[in-house]
Amino acid sequence: MPRISGWSLIRLYTILVYVWMFTPIVAVIILSFNPQQFGSFPMEGFSFRWYVKLAHNDTILNAFKNSLVLGSLTAVVTTAVGIPAAMAFVRYEFPGKNTLNTLLLTPIMIPEVVLGVALLLFIRWLQQPKSFALLLIGHVVLTLPYVLLVVQARLVGIKRVYEEAALSLGANPFQTFKEVTLPLLAPAILAGMLFSFTISFDDVTATLFWATARSQTVPVKIFGMLRNSISPEINALGAVMILLTISIPLVAGYLSRRFRRG
Amino acid sequence: MESKPWKPAALLAPAVSAVIFLLVIPVCFIVVYSFWLRAPSGADIPAFQFGNYAKFFEDFFYPSLLIRTIRVSLETVLLCLVMGYIPAYFFYRTESRIKPFLLILVMLPFWISFIIRTLSWINILGDTGLINHVLMKIGLLDNPLSMLYNEGAVLMGLIQYLLPFMILNIYVSLEGIDKNLLEAARSLGCTEWQAFREVTLPLSLPGVSAGCLLVFVLTSGTYLPPMILGGPGNDMIANLIFKRVVGTLDWPFGSAISTILLLLLGVIVYTYNRYLGINQIFKSLQ
Repeated sequence: MPRISGWSLIRLYTILVYVWMFTPIVAVIILSFNPQQFGSFPMEGFSFRWYVKLAHNDTILNAFKNSLVLGSLTAVVTTAVGIPAAMAFVRYEFPGKNTLNTLLLTPIMIPEVVLGVALLLFIRWLQQPKSFALLLIGHVVLTLPYVLLVVQARLVGIKRVYEEAALSLGANPFQTFKEVTLPLLAPAILAGMLFSFTISFDDVTATLFWATARSQTVPVKIFGMLRNSISPEINALGAVMILLTISIPLVAGYLSRRFRRG
Repeated sequence: MESKPWKPAALLAPAVSAVIFLLVIPVCFIVVYSFWLRAPSGADIPAFQFGNYAKFFEDFFYPSLLIRTIRVSLETVLLCLVMGYIPAYFFYRTESRIKPFLLILVMLPFWISFIIRTLSWINILGDTGLINHVLMKIGLLDNPLSMLYNEGAVLMGLIQYLLPFMILNIYVSLEGIDKNLLEAARSLGCTEWQAFREVTLPLSLPGVSAGCLLVFVLTSGTYLPPMILGGPGNDMIANLIFKRVVGTLDWPFGSAISTILLLLLGVIVYTYNRYLGINQIFKSLQ
């Protein structure tokens, strides 16, 4: 049966691509437990030595704090800016709609290097120093198009009739928003916030242009540590980052399923 | 739909002004700065001259970086296509119960920091990395093969970064194909392979081309894999921008290189949009 063998080749190929894609990532996690001085094979035992060392490294802890604060603020600002825009696109017809939509999505097609240089140049022209605020506005621009895409896709399903029903039953516009629109929007808001948090938390290409010694994020810190080859400490830091950012979509997926059921 | 024109305007105002003030105007600044002069003291002098561009094309060094960027980007596109089409087709046709899980796995790398994915290849390709360790253990090698700091290693990092974009673009357009078409082809006597070649493949081409464009654009603007996995001869145009701006603080020249990169991508994206439409790309990112 030629069909079966063709299909099993396709399956094998797919498995190999998966293996190729995940071996390096798994290797980072495994090697982070290697107590040896050099972050490489063979494994000689199993220890949390490098994690303990990380936990005592003040600059890394500080970078973590920066990343978390920056990611959270980016998530709040981008979603606050992005959700109204997404609603405008989904709910209203107006002239220039397509052009505006394309304009808001162009940041995806502009290389991050150019974005990094552009914003830095602009700040320089305004004679402002590099600061945490620069990182924040940069990350908002970086994440806005992705949030728009994700949120728009979810908003399409929220029908106007629900709000009209509330209004016709005597609710005022504010009550309607609070009792009807907001709960319906909640999953879209959550998705937008998670998405922008992760992009901000992980970004390095543009962030390297904007970060200062005081406003380092974790990826920028890792970049700095890489100067002298890969160390087990970097593997441990990488493993923490991987577990943290991977657990976010998984937890979100779990929560949204529970929401739907409840 | 409502007819209060101020409403969408008010809803859009924050997002549109953010993009205009933080992206459009700053990018215009790059173009303006690319005509400025750099004084020997390091100060930037407003001017209108083409010296920075002349410097770029003065000898073969800088243009060769541009050519290498295009070549490496094309190689990445091709390899992502070869590695990505079959898995995308697998997701489209599989009836496995764990299909949602497999799709989440493809998207998982999106959630892992780019720098970690890039440096993770050092653990695989390095002198004491996984491959050399295994090959020496089973006695195939006496001394480690040096696999890092060359174009192959850079390509590994780039594909690792971009393959999910390609797979998802192709998968989204495959999912859009009416499965009745395939059954019609089969019932009219096509073999499985003929049905694929005559129906599925042509109908998946919008996704393929969208994936190719996205991978090309993202590759040509990245500097991390060449910097971490490449050697001195693997720099791409984005590495040059990084070095000129962050390293030597040569803003006018850095701006000129950025403008050249933007022009190159602008021409490609414009041509693509002219003939194929850009919206397909955004579809897959949802």
